[in-house]
Amino acid sequence: MARVLTIDPAKCNSCRLCELACSQGHANAYRPSRSHVRVAIYPDDAVYFPVVCMQCDDAPCVVVCPSAALVRHSGTNAVLVVEERCVGCRMCALACPFGAISYWDGKARKCDLCGGKPECVRFCPPGALRFESEERSTEPTRMVFANRLRDALKEVSTS
Amino acid sequence: MNAYAGTTVRVDLSRGRITKESIDLRLARAFVGGRGLGTKIIYDEINPKVDPLASANKLILAAGPLTGTSAPSGSRWMAITKGALTSAVACSNAGGDFGPELKYAGYDMIIVEGVAKHPAMLVIDDDSVELCSAHKLWGRNVHATEDLLHEQLGRDFKCVSIGPAGERLVRFASIMNDKNRAAGRSGVGAVMGSKKLKAIAVRGSGGVTVADPKRFRAVCLDALKKLEGTEGLRLYGTASLVNVINERGVLPTRNFQSGQFEGAEAISGEAIAERILIRNRACFGCPIACGRVTAVKNGKYAGSGEGPEYESIWALGADVGIDDLAAATKANYICNELGMDPITAGATVACAMELYEKGAITEKQAGCKLSFGNADALVDLMTKIGYRRGFGNVLAEGAARVARKFGKPELFMGVKKQEFPAYDARGAVGMGLQYATSNRGACHVRGYMVARELLDGEQKMNPFTTRGKAAATIAVQDLTAALDSSGICLFTTFAIGAPELLAMLTAATGFDYDLDEMLRAGERIWNLERLFNQRAGLSRKDDTLPKRLLAEPMPAGPAKGKTVPLGKMLPEYYRLRGWDAEGRPTRTKLASLGL
Repeated sequence: MARVLTIDPAKCNSCRLCELACSQGHANAYRPSRSHVRVAIYPDDAVYFPVVCMQCDDAPCVVVCPSAALVRHSGTNAVLVVEERCVGCRMCALACPFGAISYWDGKARKCDLCGGKPECVRFCPPGALRFESEERSTEPTRMVFANRLRDALKEVSTS
Repeated sequence: MNAYAGTTVRVDLSRGRITKESIDLRLARAFVGGRGLGTKIIYDEINPKVDPLASANKLILAAGPLTGTSAPSGSRWMAITKGALTSAVACSNAGGDFGPELKYAGYDMIIVEGVAKHPAMLVIDDDSVELCSAHKLWGRNVHATEDLLHEQLGRDFKCVSIGPAGERLVRFASIMNDKNRAAGRSGVGAVMGSKKLKAIAVRGSGGVTVADPKRFRAVCLDALKKLEGTEGLRLYGTASLVNVINERGVLPTRNFQSGQFEGAEAISGEAIAERILIRNRACFGCPIACGRVTAVKNGKYAGSGEGPEYESIWALGADVGIDDLAAATKANYICNELGMDPITAGATVACAMELYEKGAITEKQAGCKLSFGNADALVDLMTKIGYRRGFGNVLAEGAARVARKFGKPELFMGVKKQEFPAYDARGAVGMGLQYATSNRGACHVRGYMVARELLDGEQKMNPFTTRGKAAATIAVQDLTAALDSSGICLFTTFAIGAPELLAMLTAATGFDYDLDEMLRAGERIWNLERLFNQRAGLSRKDDTLPKRLLAEPMPAGPAKGKTVPLGKMLPEYYRLRGWDAEGRPTRTKLASLGL
C-alpha cells in the first residue's frame, strides 16, 4: 500500500527536531541548513508548520529538469535526484511550489523519504509529521474543518 | 571535531578588536562546556573583586556540546559573568534558537571584554564577525530591537539583546533572545548594558557532528521516549506547579509571610490554559514544549507575548498578593519587553509592599498606595523600574538594597542579594540548604531539591527532616552543573537522569567519560564557582537564610510551625563537600579535582 508523508500544522510545536533528524541522515551532521524539511515559524502569530516535498504526482520538478535527473522510485513513490545526471541548474528548485528543493555541493537535493522510513517522522514528538496510507493522508485537513464546525455548533447551543 | 564547534570569538569592545581562538579539548573534557567552561575562563581572566559593572568584568555567552544536536531540549546557551545583582559568580541559562545557531555559525562561545565607546552590536554570519553601530537600536525594547534586526539583516538571524532595563543598568536586567527567552537571573543584562553592547545577531549554515552517530541516535530516541511522560508541562506549562506547591503549603505569599495563597487557583497553569493560552511553543529541539504563547485580549491589561511561567506568575501574583491573572500577565510581558527578571522584579515589589505596610516606606516615597494586592501599582511599577523612573529607580536595585535602604534588611527574602524563587523552604528544608549554598544566590535551578521533597517520585524524601539532605543536595547540585554545561534543559530531568546524560555526552563528544568522571566534572564546576565567590569576598556568613525562614515558624498549612534547621545541615554539607568548617574547599579536595 502506498504511503505518503503528511503534515498536521496544528500539532507542530516548532521544535525543529525533524530538521536535525533529516540533516543527520542526509548530511551526516546536525545541520538545519541542509535539512530537506524546514519548519516555518511565525512566532508573533503562533503559527508553525513543517515544509517538505509532497512528492507530487505530476511533479513540476520532474517536468522542468533538462537532464532527466529527477526520477520517481517505484517502491516508495519518492521523487529522487540521480546525482550523476544532475547538472546543477536549479530549475527544479525554481519550479517547486513548496520551495522544497535545496541545492548544495553543485547538486539539487530533496527529500527521498529515507527509502521508506522517514527519520523526520521518527523524531516528531507531537506527531505533526506522519507517514501514512494515501487514504488517511487528508484526514488532518478534514479534522481542522470538522473541529471548527464543532466549536461553532457548541457556541450556538450554549448561547 | 565532534560536538564542539571548536572556536571561541573574543570581542574587545574598548579596542573594537575581534579575535578567534581554538577551544582547548582538555579543558572541554574537564569542564564539559557552557557554564563550566565559561566559569573556568572568568575565573582565570578576571579579578573576582572587580565591580561587576566595570570595564574589567567580562561577559561570556556559551553553548554546550549537546547544544544544536538532537539531544532532547538541546537548545541551551548560558551567560556567565560576575553578576550585577549579586556581585558573585553568575550563570544564567536560556533556550530558544540562539544557542544552536551560534554553533552552526562555528562557535561555542563569545567572550565580551571592555566597554564600547558608542552603543554597539555584534553581527555573526558564519565566518564573518563584525562590530557595528547600534545607535538605531539603543532605547528600543527587546521586541522592537529584534524586529528591526530581522528587517535589516534577514529573518533567519537569531538574536540576543538587552532592553531599556539593561541599558539603564537595572541590577536584575536580563539578556533576552528570540524575543521571549531569557537569561534572566543575577543581572547578566546589566553587565551587557554596562559594556554598551545592545545585541548580538547570528546566522550559521554549518552543522554539529557527533562522534558516534548511530549510538547517539539511539540514546536520543530512548530519551525522547522517556520524555513522553512530560505531557503536563506541554498542556499547562511550568505554572502547572502553582496548585501543587500551594497544596504543599509552600507557595510563598506576600513576601513569605505565609505559604498558601487564597488566590492560587486564579493564577494556576490551568487558569492560564483556560483564559489566555493561544498555543504552546517549543524551544529548539525540545519535545516538552512548555512555552506559552498567550494574549490578554481585553481590558486595561491587554497585551500579547509569552508566559507567564511558574516562577513569574508567582512573583507577580502570590508574592505580591495579586490574583488578577491579566495584571500579572501584563507585568510579565513588560518584563520580557524591557528585558528584566520577573522573579526579582516581582519579589522586589513584594518586599517594598511589606515595607510599606509596616510603615517603612511612605505613600509619598512610593508614589502610590503600595499595599499587597494593588495590581495597578504592580503594572505601573514594572515600566518605572525598567526605565528607572521615579520610585522605579529605587526598586531597580533589587530587594536586598531596598530593604537595607529603608532600614529593615531582614525583610529581604533571598540569599547573596538574589531573591528567592517560588518555594518556601520551611516546607522543604533541603531546598533551604540548596538556597543557602547556591553559588549564584537564592535559586531553584542550581539544585532542584523540590523534586525530591515536594513532588511525587520513587526517591521522595520527608520535606521536614534534615536527614540525608546534605548528600542529596550535593548530588543534585553536581549533576545540574554537568547537565547545564552540556547544553540540554534542566526540565529533561523530570524524565531522564545521569545515565542518559552520560550516554548522550559520550556518544556526542567521543570522550570516554564514565559516570564518576562526569559527576566529578559537575563537582569541579561547583568548586570553581565557590572559589570565585571566595576570592570575591563571600564566605560562610553568606551561606545563610533570612531570619523569617530560620526563626519564624510557618503560620499555617501543611508546613505549620516549621522553620529551616539550616545549622544542622550546613556543617554536614561542608564536610561532605570536603570543605573546611568555614566552607572553604580544602587543598586536598581541590587537588583531587585538578583545580
